[in-house]
Amino acid sequence: MSFPHGSDLETTTRLSRHQGEAEARTLEGWRARGGYEALRRSLEMSPAEITEVVKASGLRGRGGAGFPTGLKWSFMPKDDGKPHYLCCNADESEPGAFKDREVIRWTPHLLIEGCLIASRAIGAEHAYIYVRGEFFEETQVLNAAVVEAYDNGLAGDGILGSSWSCDVTIHAGAGAYIAGEETGLMNSLMGNRAEPWAKPPFPAQAGAFGMPTTVNNVETLAAVPMILENGADWYRQWGSEESPGTKLWSCSGHLVRPGNYEFALGLPLSDIIFDACGGTPSGKPVKAVIPGGSSTAFLTGDELDCATTYEGLAEAGSALGTASPIVMDEDTDIVAAMRRIAQFYAHESCGQCVQCREGTSWVVRILQRIEAGDGRPADIDTLYELCEQMTGRTICVLADSVVFPLQSSLDKFRADYEARMKPTLVAAG
Amino acid sequence: MAENGAKATVTLTIDGVEVTVPSGTRVIEAAEHVGVVVPRYCYHPGIPTRPAQCRMCLVEVEGRPKLEPSCTLQAADDMVVNTASDTARTARQSVIEFLLVNHPLDCPICDAAGQCMLQDYAYVTNQLESRVDEPKRIMGRDRISDDILYFADRCVICTRCVRFMRDVAEDDSLIVAQRGDKAYIDTFPGRELDNPFQGNIVDVCPVGALVHEDFVFKARSWDMDATASVCPGCPTGCNVTIDTKENQIVRVKPRHNAAVNSWWMCDYGRKHLVMTNRGVRAEVPLIRDGGGDGDDGGELRPVDWATALDWVAEKVAALGAPGGSAVVSPDASNENLFYLRTLLDRLGVADAAFRVPQGETAELPTVPTLKLRADRAANAAGAGFFGGRRADGPPDGPAGGALVVLDDELEGAGEDFGGSADFFLYLGTRLPGPARNADAVLPIATFAEMDGTFTNFENRVQRFHQALRPPGLARPGWMVLSRVLARLGDGEAVNDVRGAFERMAAQAPAFAGLTWDGIGLKGAPAAGSAAEAAGVAGPAEAGA
Repeated sequence: MSFPHGSDLETTTRLSRHQGEAEARTLEGWRARGGYEALRRSLEMSPAEITEVVKASGLRGRGGAGFPTGLKWSFMPKDDGKPHYLCCNADESEPGAFKDREVIRWTPHLLIEGCLIASRAIGAEHAYIYVRGEFFEETQVLNAAVVEAYDNGLAGDGILGSSWSCDVTIHAGAGAYIAGEETGLMNSLMGNRAEPWAKPPFPAQAGAFGMPTTVNNVETLAAVPMILENGADWYRQWGSEESPGTKLWSCSGHLVRPGNYEFALGLPLSDIIFDACGGTPSGKPVKAVIPGGSSTAFLTGDELDCATTYEGLAEAGSALGTASPIVMDEDTDIVAAMRRIAQFYAHESCGQCVQCREGTSWVVRILQRIEAGDGRPADIDTLYELCEQMTGRTICVLADSVVFPLQSSLDKFRADYEARMKPTLVAAG
Repeated sequence: MAENGAKATVTLTIDGVEVTVPSGTRVIEAAEHVGVVVPRYCYHPGIPTRPAQCRMCLVEVEGRPKLEPSCTLQAADDMVVNTASDTARTARQSVIEFLLVNHPLDCPICDAAGQCMLQDYAYVTNQLESRVDEPKRIMGRDRISDDILYFADRCVICTRCVRFMRDVAEDDSLIVAQRGDKAYIDTFPGRELDNPFQGNIVDVCPVGALVHEDFVFKARSWDMDATASVCPGCPTGCNVTIDTKENQIVRVKPRHNAAVNSWWMCDYGRKHLVMTNRGVRAEVPLIRDGGGDGDDGGELRPVDWATALDWVAEKVAALGAPGGSAVVSPDASNENLFYLRTLLDRLGVADAAFRVPQGETAELPTVPTLKLRADRAANAAGAGFFGGRRADGPPDGPAGGALVVLDDELEGAGEDFGGSADFFLYLGTRLPGPARNADAVLPIATFAEMDGTFTNFENRVQRFHQALRPPGLARPGWMVLSRVLARLGDGEAVNDVRGAFERMAAQAPAFAGLTWDGIGLKGAPAAGSAAEAAGVAGPAEAGA
């Protein structure tokens, strides 16, 4: 079962409340659930008013970085005479994350509605939904929904009888993690290699096709209709001052009940892992958790009391990221797990920046050697130094994405690494 | 202040030195104003796109948390840049270490060794030992076009080659294939690299990844001499550097000149120039003074220069001004043409025909001045300055009077060409059949074997320099002709191109006001020429 399900812990299913209902996929079923009412309301509002509501709600980007959504929208130039674009980032590729695909699969109209409202707020004439290439079924579902939307005056010219028009296009990606980085996504959308570009130019200045563009995550856009319908204060009843609202959680790893959940932000991480997901199937203690998808720092089993907010996890030395905890029990080989994570990033590096292209694969080769029992004590120093050299020096944060888990695993599980080192011969006498 | 209210210049501090540069200047360029060359791979001044992907030019900027790529960072007022701080240097050092992770370290057999930006920076950052103890990724080499080899293991994926093709030549047949540390340069599937300007990708390669096949394993960089020259392939006159080894041209590279060829040159010119000095050459003065065997005034016989020059001067003096005709090569230098004209005037010869072979044209879309032009000659404009007449068809000798030929191969001329002239003087680099009818053959140097100037398509006078020793007794045309004239009491024998150029500038109106030193290595427009009228930088503006 992958759509959100109940648990011993109180879930707050708002965004995901219609997941699992087959009829919600159709326009008719969606309308029966109050669909497109928020869009209708948004047509009575000015773009600035929509942005204000989203700003006031405190909604933060759900793609991992947690940038305030309303603020991002307000960066878009006004009355500049250029076409504006919205890109919905549905290239969900972070290992551990599987929340966006469920939004698309069960509630495609929710996403389309969110895209349209966002497009209106930023003055976009075209919304592109960039769907991960491997999401074949999801692409089909979305395409069917877009056709329905066009057929019923919900997309295209004169939406809901108004004078406002906006096109919606589903773009199937070609399968690269880096196409989920916003500038990589836009390059891929334009038919180029999915290579991130050095900012500036920022997307709001010159994004897709050289025009002002906003890139938002699926979950972010899917949260917009309910915020517009119920108001910012309603949304702020959940979560903290800095991290309001509810959040989808993709829980995986050594769990009794892995899967998607929706919780109000701010619960202790341990509640999610033990109460909602039932702890480890083996009953053994949790050794480590990567809380926000594979690019965030490791937490040990003793560090799980932190609040699941952007600030709470940052305080704990990790990040909320995509809210996709990967749980590892006591028997987990941290070196092997880290090697596998590094391998993913080495494989997905686009190859532009030297630190990332050469660094990620060098890290993999060192970890492979350590894993094979051929490590040397100096390797740990080398790994630490590589972490330092790969941080903050590249166009995008893919290199940093290896560093966060690597550095934290070295800090917190150094003994695991040292246990794999080749015994050193000590000169006699 | 510019019209839009933005300032025209900004003042910033780079490595403790204050510098004022035009607004919009990038820090990497501003740094060059204070003599700091920030190490770089992907940045190339001639390629408009700046992906900032090699991360080599990262510099520290006060008040900014992260290092910034100086190739894209705009210089701003009060910016304080430190290119050599510990952080910046450590970052650079780590880039080199990363680049060497998979690099084969095959410098001993690499053609770029000695001229390699990876080798240079590795030495600068003093990395004598590697911490890399892992097996290297091995990719091998590929032929990415008819004439260019790609050594993938040496490649640093700076994408200068891809971006030259895409953004300068507007040809998207070259791409980066694969990704991560498996990325390599290749042609787009189903496409071939066959652009007339593709040779430039070898020049922009900062390492030894791209090599011309006709140069591979041919010369070590430290065994070559580099000479500033001008490509004689067409009237564009691309500024080039000729690399020579053991008196052979082994490689030609474009030399930057914003007014002519920017950073580039075409492949035709490159190959044409390499082949320039091949073939059998005229090496000894020959005269038909009756001293040899045979009837009819005797055979041509080899003599020393003094004898040949004396004899020719005597003949010319005896002829007076009989009239006649001349055939000149449009590849002759301005100085050669000037001295020849002086001699022709003395002989009363007004007509000097020159024939220009024609060929295919090719354009580099983003550099309007750079074009392979249909005329396949370096100096048709110069020939025009000295009374030359563009002609078609095979040359025919005059009936009576003097016949003077300057380095024309006399293709298509009859067997008895020049037989009816009273005096037939041939000055040439080679000795084609019809030239054997001459009364005197004076062997001269090719453009690569002497100093001189050409006048390009827009009447820009450009210097070239001696890259090779002439074979045998061959000497520059101006040196030879000035001696003939000196023997006739007209001026002095010159040994230095400056003397020849000075006399030409004093006597030929097109060169009035120009000096050898003044035109420098970038050239200058001829007097009253279109280029001068258009305001192309002359020696005064360029600050010589």
